Amino acid sequence: MEKRQFNIIAETGIHARPATLLVQTASKFNSDITLEYQEKSVNLKSIMGVMSLGVGQSAAVTITADGDDEKEAIDAISETMKAEGLTE
Amino acid sequence: MKEFKGIAASDGIAIASAFRLTEPDLSFKKRSITDASDEIKRLYAAIDVSKDELLTIQQRTLEDLGSSEAEVFKAHGAILSDPELLNRIKSTIEKEKVNAEYALTKVTDGYIKIFNSMTDNEYIRQRSSDIRDVTKRVLSHLLRVPLVDPALIHHKVIIIAHDLTPSDTAQFVPSYVLGIVSDMGGRTSHSAIMSRSLEIPAVVGFKGRLADIKNGDTVIVDGSTGNVIVNPTEAQTDEYTQKQADYRQRKSKLADFKHQMTSSSDGKHPIIAANIGTLDDLDGAIENGAEGIGLFRTEFLYMDSNHLPTEDEQFNVYKTVLQKMDKKPVIIRTADIGGDKDLPYLDVPKEANPFLGYRAIRMSLDKPDIFRTQVRALLRASSFGNLSVMFPMITTINELKKAKNIFNQERIKLIREKVRVKPVKIGIMVEVPAAAILADQFANEVDFMSIGTNDLIQYIMAADRGNRMVSYLYQPYNPAVLRMIKHIIDACHDNNLPAYMCGEMAGDQTAIPILVGMGLNEFSMSASSILKSRALIKRLDSREMVTLANKAVTMASASEEVTAFVHQATNNVQ
Repeated sequence: MEKRQFNIIAETGIHARPATLLVQTASKFNSDITLEYQEKSVNLKSIMGVMSLGVGQSAAVTITADGDDEKEAIDAISETMKAEGLTE
Repeated sequence: MKEFKGIAASDGIAIASAFRLTEPDLSFKKRSITDASDEIKRLYAAIDVSKDELLTIQQRTLEDLGSSEAEVFKAHGAILSDPELLNRIKSTIEKEKVNAEYALTKVTDGYIKIFNSMTDNEYIRQRSSDIRDVTKRVLSHLLRVPLVDPALIHHKVIIIAHDLTPSDTAQFVPSYVLGIVSDMGGRTSHSAIMSRSLEIPAVVGFKGRLADIKNGDTVIVDGSTGNVIVNPTEAQTDEYTQKQADYRQRKSKLADFKHQMTSSSDGKHPIIAANIGTLDDLDGAIENGAEGIGLFRTEFLYMDSNHLPTEDEQFNVYKTVLQKMDKKPVIIRTADIGGDKDLPYLDVPKEANPFLGYRAIRMSLDKPDIFRTQVRALLRASSFGNLSVMFPMITTINELKKAKNIFNQERIKLIREKVRVKPVKIGIMVEVPAAAILADQFANEVDFMSIGTNDLIQYIMAADRGNRMVSYLYQPYNPAVLRMIKHIIDACHDNNLPAYMCGEMAGDQTAIPILVGMGLNEFSMSASSILKSRALIKRLDSREMVTLANKAVTMASASEEVTAFVHQATNNVQ
């Protein structure tokens, strides 16, 4: 199991385009991937789940991947986060 | 044959067969089930059909309307592929042993509730209407009740609807939807605004019973008068066919003016510019041949937001406007926010009399941080086009000096930061009588003045323009108002400054001859008035209008007499 913490710096938090792209990235992998925020955890392959968390600016989130491609999944997700200006 | 009245909402005449856009009955009962796997199969079947249908609509919309309209249906499809959503519905069926309709609605209602509670995130709140639409679609297949999809209309129709939702109108193909009749709303309702922007003739606030119009009935919609005729006689059809042809001819004649420079019959060239409030309005302004932007109200940046707009957010908007206007003059007004606009992130106390209260430049000078952010964004954008900036509600010279000071300080800071800044003309919006009276003194401090008639008139006449009890006092042609306007224009010209106008009056067909006579240099109006105003000015001789204007300001009477006088005088020159 691979786990990583992120601090969201984007002013609008995770919403709209970044959220869709995160879900698209996560969906490419076989691993089960979850997004955890304020003790709630959702499936990162679910756009409804991600949006329902309402992750705002300066939020600390944890992403966990569990499966045969967990390492690659986490790396790809961190990259998407950075490219979308969600994290530094 | 039956004739009805309604509110004229969007100009033009349409004759076609009725298409009733009615809400299907999607009610159902909660049922206990025994075989969960059968119920889940039923659910998936309905979802699969819905997805196929969405794909068809998406394709059709893409071909007929464009990619941004099609995007909505793509998003709907994505919701139906969401693994978490599907799992939750499935497990609700399994655990609670309930029918698919109930499980689906329970789960989607849960999401809608969560999304609606995110009051600080407009984007996500809007997604709840997507979920609602998708739920309806799946329900319609579970219940085998056909859903009416406006996107699938493929012959010419008049839409008959109780009310139209944005997702309905987004699906209309203008070549098939010729007219709209709705029994809800007024001229400013969503249906009315949308039909005007799509240029579909529309009557709203229909006074008959919509149920009396059957699918396939021939319907005439006259969006200029509010008349609706169901199953017209042959004579009526002929009459309206003729009216329709006349209307189209008038319209295409006006289109000739789109690329022409505004010109009076004796060769004077006042500018006709557009007032805009959002970036969406900009396309309409360009579409109608605006020679500039005479007023860009920046309030939407503050209103449509959950936070104070950042410098970058503002910069991007200003830059877009300047670039799209391609070197044509653009006047941007600094924020006119205050007590009458409720901004949740800004603590402005409610006032008994917001129009005489803490707003516009008064607030900007009191909260200089907000003002400086806007000024910096404007200065940074200045290198992308032809920018002028004006301050709203200026009352005293001292206020103007303070505002200019801040402007110059920020300008010097930016130059020191090596940011490219072009010279920006500074003006005031003349809307407070105190400033209007002292126009000659203000003239020493500005590059131009723009008369904001909407407020100026209500302040001169001491009558709230929103109050119906005193609306008779809102008189643009009252000689008191006309004299004040002439005084401002003269003060500008005596000091070699141009005089502009950006209130409703600038696009008023009765006021224009008088204003041409006063030598107004720029008329800034809503985009839809530009072409007819350009056509009107083309018929006017500015020298004759000088005589007309001089006569109008000496009239002692109220508006009616001036109106009659102008109409009589200008009819002679037409």
